[in-house]
Amino acid sequence: MDLFEYQAKELFAEYGVPVQRGRVAGSPEEAREIAAGFAADGAPVTVVKAQVKAGGRGKAGGVKLADGPQQTQDKARQILGMDINGHTVHKVLIACASDIAQEYYLSFLLDRSARTFVAICSVQGGVEIEEVAHTDPGAVARIPVSPLTGVDAAKAAEIVRAGGLPPEAAGQAAVLAERLWAVFADEDATLVEVNPMALTDQGEVIAIDGKVSLDDNAAFRQQHARFADNEGADPLESRAKAKHLNYVKLDGQVGIIGNGAGLVMSTLDVVAYAGEAFGGVRPANFLDIGGGASAEVMADGLEIVLSDPSVRSVLVNVFGGITSCDAVANGIVSAIGMLGARGEQVGHPIVVRLDGNNAAEGRRILDEAGIGVVEQVATMDDAARRAAELAAAAATGA
Amino acid sequence: MAIFLTEQSRVIVQGITGSEGRRHGTRMLAAGTQVVGGTNPRKAGQTVDLGGSGVPVFATVAEAMAATGADVSVVFVPPAGTKDAVIEAIDASMPLVIVITEGVPVHDTAVFWAHASAHGNVTRIVGPNCPGIASPGKSNAGIIPADITTQGRIGLVSKSGTLTYQMMYELRDVGFSTAVGIGGDPVIGTTHIDCLRAFADDPQTDAIVMIGEIGGDAEERAAAFIERSVSKPVVAYVAGFTAPEGRTMGHAGAIISGSAGTAQAKKEALEKVGVRVGRTPSGTARLVREIVQGS
Repeated sequence: MDLFEYQAKELFAEYGVPVQRGRVAGSPEEAREIAAGFAADGAPVTVVKAQVKAGGRGKAGGVKLADGPQQTQDKARQILGMDINGHTVHKVLIACASDIAQEYYLSFLLDRSARTFVAICSVQGGVEIEEVAHTDPGAVARIPVSPLTGVDAAKAAEIVRAGGLPPEAAGQAAVLAERLWAVFADEDATLVEVNPMALTDQGEVIAIDGKVSLDDNAAFRQQHARFADNEGADPLESRAKAKHLNYVKLDGQVGIIGNGAGLVMSTLDVVAYAGEAFGGVRPANFLDIGGGASAEVMADGLEIVLSDPSVRSVLVNVFGGITSCDAVANGIVSAIGMLGARGEQVGHPIVVRLDGNNAAEGRRILDEAGIGVVEQVATMDDAARRAAELAAAAATGA
Repeated sequence: MAIFLTEQSRVIVQGITGSEGRRHGTRMLAAGTQVVGGTNPRKAGQTVDLGGSGVPVFATVAEAMAATGADVSVVFVPPAGTKDAVIEAIDASMPLVIVITEGVPVHDTAVFWAHASAHGNVTRIVGPNCPGIASPGKSNAGIIPADITTQGRIGLVSKSGTLTYQMMYELRDVGFSTAVGIGGDPVIGTTHIDCLRAFADDPQTDAIVMIGEIGGDAEERAAAFIERSVSKPVVAYVAGFTAPEGRTMGHAGAIISGSAGTAQAKKEALEKVGVRVGRTPSGTARLVREIVQGS
């Protein structure tokens, strides 16, 4: 899970990482009140920052300087509701403008290929670090961090030194680095980034912007649920999540249900290839119902997939491994029955491909059930083609 | 032969008294695997019934190894206890540890991987979040269905469980020396490269199938390794061409970050070194068939 900037900074503050003063607002009026509070403390100039989990926020006009409560309110009104690279802005962060003397970069992240953690530090901050690494690779220090020993004061000093930070910033930056590591380690993060990490005219080193990605697998031992984004999430994805379904909404017309992440990803690809022959029909979602493929999970899955208004046909692609295909077939039959009992009529064609253990018996069960909307196709490639064809036909009203 | 797992392998199950451990312990035994024991500190001294066979339960991996000569451990311990279970096996110098558990925090995997390195890399770790290893007709350690394929001369390495099964099933008449499911997490023990190296050295493997997916750069690195060190034919499949950027597609490691980790980049890297890449799983199986039956 990626956090919004304001959430990242709240987390930083909990761990003593110095951050720019600021508060989040959901309306222009709220923005005004926050700015009025800052002005009363002698800090009338604010930065109004769109809270979106997308890059390119500044270029899209999602960050604006404002002088005083009225201007803050006006800028907040302009930014709230804005679309930034497909993300609607629901909240703005009202930050006290800082007098920035220098901008640096600092992050900790998971290095997948080295199977360890790494610190990245640079004296050049405020721009994309990938860009700096490209134009001036010598200015970006990458220091491996052992998961067994982590970052203590000495390691933090080593990181900051390697990044080439000047003496007037190095001491405070090292303290910040040690605390930032605590965020990374204690919160099960896969990325914590401060960019820019600024040296202010007052001589303080603070986090001006922050990014945090948390490991969903660690949710069982963390309080990550408090960061869940309820307004920004796709409504179908939220419903699927509530039913513990592994669902990702996409923008096509063929609903996909399968078992196993790899097989489902592959099914999306095969449908997209097949769809090229039918005017560019594409998969509508990713949905992995797991190895078991029980009737109830199948019913929940079908219900979610069929609630997507852009879906025109559904492809159920199951490989019977440990779960044999007769059980999966019975699951599909009862799932459609369950949907009927819930008052959900299945109005779209469902193409089913069963293969693997006991596939013949599974196919026989589905045939005998005689469900009108269900059509069986023997192979994955042919099933994808048929599902794409049916989706295209439904879209043109044929 | 076969790689990593043979008919001589003596297997224990960590978490043998849990429902998954019992269920798959029974299946492994039925597939001909020498399942010689399991661990659960609270049930040491008892035996667990695996489909009619009583298998001894030990308090620790070290005790199980001393008593049974086990050289493979399959871990079904739930995520909260996986790290400690793997570290226990590493400390006992277990040669091969296969971590089936899905949902292990990546910090824990990073820790047990670093621990294995610090312990001299005497333990090969496979997984986590993997289906395990099957050497058809010899031994089966994990959750790969034993009856979907036959013994043969193709080696298979894959990030995905169901795509592994699909491929083994499509090529069941040709058969496999060993199939290794390396897992779909961002950090895994044994990599594509480790398996490619072992298959390249295995006299009973004639051709290799490699299945990858979006996320990370393991396939690109594997391509570079193939160019340098693998002369046997390699056929590949990569899943996730339609996956959007920044979304996790089922597997914790299956995520495109910015422009990194795309299926297209992986396919191009593999094709550049002469690996034939199938467009669909069935198309990939056809390529393998052409190679094996054409030679």
